Amino acid sequence: MEHDPFRWGRPSDQAYGEYNNSIAHAGQQQSFPKMNTQQPIVTGTSVIAIKFKDGIVIAADNLGSYGSLARFTDVERLFPVGDHAVVGISGDISDLQYVSRLLEDLEIENNYDYDGHSLRAPHIHEYLQKVFYHRRSKMDPLWNSTIVGGLDDSGKPFLKYVDLLGVQYSAPTLATGFGAYLALPILRKVVFEEKDVEKIDEETARNAIKECMKVLFYRDARSLDKYSLITITKKNGVVFEKGLKSEEQSWRFAKDIKGYGTQKV
Amino acid sequence: MMVILLLTHQLVEYALEAIKQGSAVVGLATKEYAVLVALKRNAEELGSYQKKIIKVDDHLGIALAGLAPDARVLSNFLREQALNQKMIFNRPLSTEKAATLLADKAQKNTQSYGGRPYGVGLLVIGYDETGAHLFEFQPSGSSLEYVGAAIGARSQAGRTYLERSFEAYANSTKEELIVHGLNALRDTLAQDKELNSKNTSISIVGKDIDFTLYDDDDVQQWLDRLDSVSNARTGVNNDNNDDDDNNDDNEEPTKKEGEDEEDKMETD
Repeated sequence: MEHDPFRWGRPSDQAYGEYNNSIAHAGQQQSFPKMNTQQPIVTGTSVIAIKFKDGIVIAADNLGSYGSLARFTDVERLFPVGDHAVVGISGDISDLQYVSRLLEDLEIENNYDYDGHSLRAPHIHEYLQKVFYHRRSKMDPLWNSTIVGGLDDSGKPFLKYVDLLGVQYSAPTLATGFGAYLALPILRKVVFEEKDVEKIDEETARNAIKECMKVLFYRDARSLDKYSLITITKKNGVVFEKGLKSEEQSWRFAKDIKGYGTQKV
Repeated sequence: MMVILLLTHQLVEYALEAIKQGSAVVGLATKEYAVLVALKRNAEELGSYQKKIIKVDDHLGIALAGLAPDARVLSNFLREQALNQKMIFNRPLSTEKAATLLADKAQKNTQSYGGRPYGVGLLVIGYDETGAHLFEFQPSGSSLEYVGAAIGARSQAGRTYLERSFEAYANSTKEELIVHGLNALRDTLAQDKELNSKNTSISIVGKDIDFTLYDDDDVQQWLDRLDSVSNARTGVNNDNNDDDDNNDDNEEPTKKEGEDEEDKMETD
């Protein structure tokens, strides 16, 4: 017989062991040392982008991976900001959502002014770089690699990278994650250096990006053949194409791949 | 509660009055250039002249009329904002944004108990991607854009000059714009006063020129450009009673009826 009325109706210690009171107080307890993000959880893979003479093309697939599991297949990872800029985000999806909210707030605040000073790609990149570097300095990084694309102050194509460490660089072709190994060499065949940008038209740039998205789907096991693509030009502004599919796939090469899977080496 | 509301309201009126006690500053703007000219005062013969124009950034500056310490607080605030904009977005603080930030900051003072409004009026000039701009800031929390503005003692005479000539200087060069500014400033002077290199400050910002301040010896080159009618008043409005009130503006406004010298705040 349990004589303490306070314990009536609770799981018996005999059967379950003594109740762990920290469970009831979870949330109020701060463990020390504090732990921040150590690794991304749900992730998005590569973002790839290229400049052409009138603007930029950028693409990212719609997959949110949970480890090797293709968990979410409808994640949008391209975020237009203002009239002539876009941010493409790879890496942790929850941090991506946080960054997208920052960008949304930024645009709203800027629109309050309504003084003809639009937020352009270089401003957005500078801001994001400050956010990322601030967070890595707090030892609590936003686990992303991003590409900011659009037009700069003089209407010229603009592409710049920034990642979770605050590292930043600019190039006529850019890719995050696996794309840096698989897509960049292909894109560099089209545009090798800054002066080549003038020779490339929108059609060529688009085709190069589409080809790269297909190659990435072939070779990157955390990718999807459904992707979004944004083209930014002075003439048409931001053109957003969602739910594109990598067409004309050929998997004939797959049977020759040895070393894993069902075949014996 | 009623009393507090009434007091705050009156304080704003006093603040606006403090601006009129300060020496005159004149601002002019075209699409490409903006100019500030100011009349500096010295508290006594042997003392230095109080600074009237403050640079905020390479593209932005202000001129003050009223309490100089309050203006310093506001200019420090603006410098902070300009640096922030530079650091976070790598772009210059827009002139309109600067004026709005000032107005918002000043307005907050008017709606809190125990606070007082800033006792200073400012003319803000700047050059940004939308061109050159001139704003007049008032401690009531308003900031409005002008092509020509004058604040401070006897500024109505300067405003009258600007009203007459703003169409003429709309497309003028930066040199012509400064001369127009000096003409307007000269009209605000009392009859026995004249512009000289000690009491005049000039600044300009625009298309091909960063915010530049001319003081002391650097001012002479601009004074030399004034027409040969010399430093005397243009004489168009000799009655000098062209403003809204019926006071004779030839009298120093600091000596208006019923004002005790000791009660007076030191305005510049």
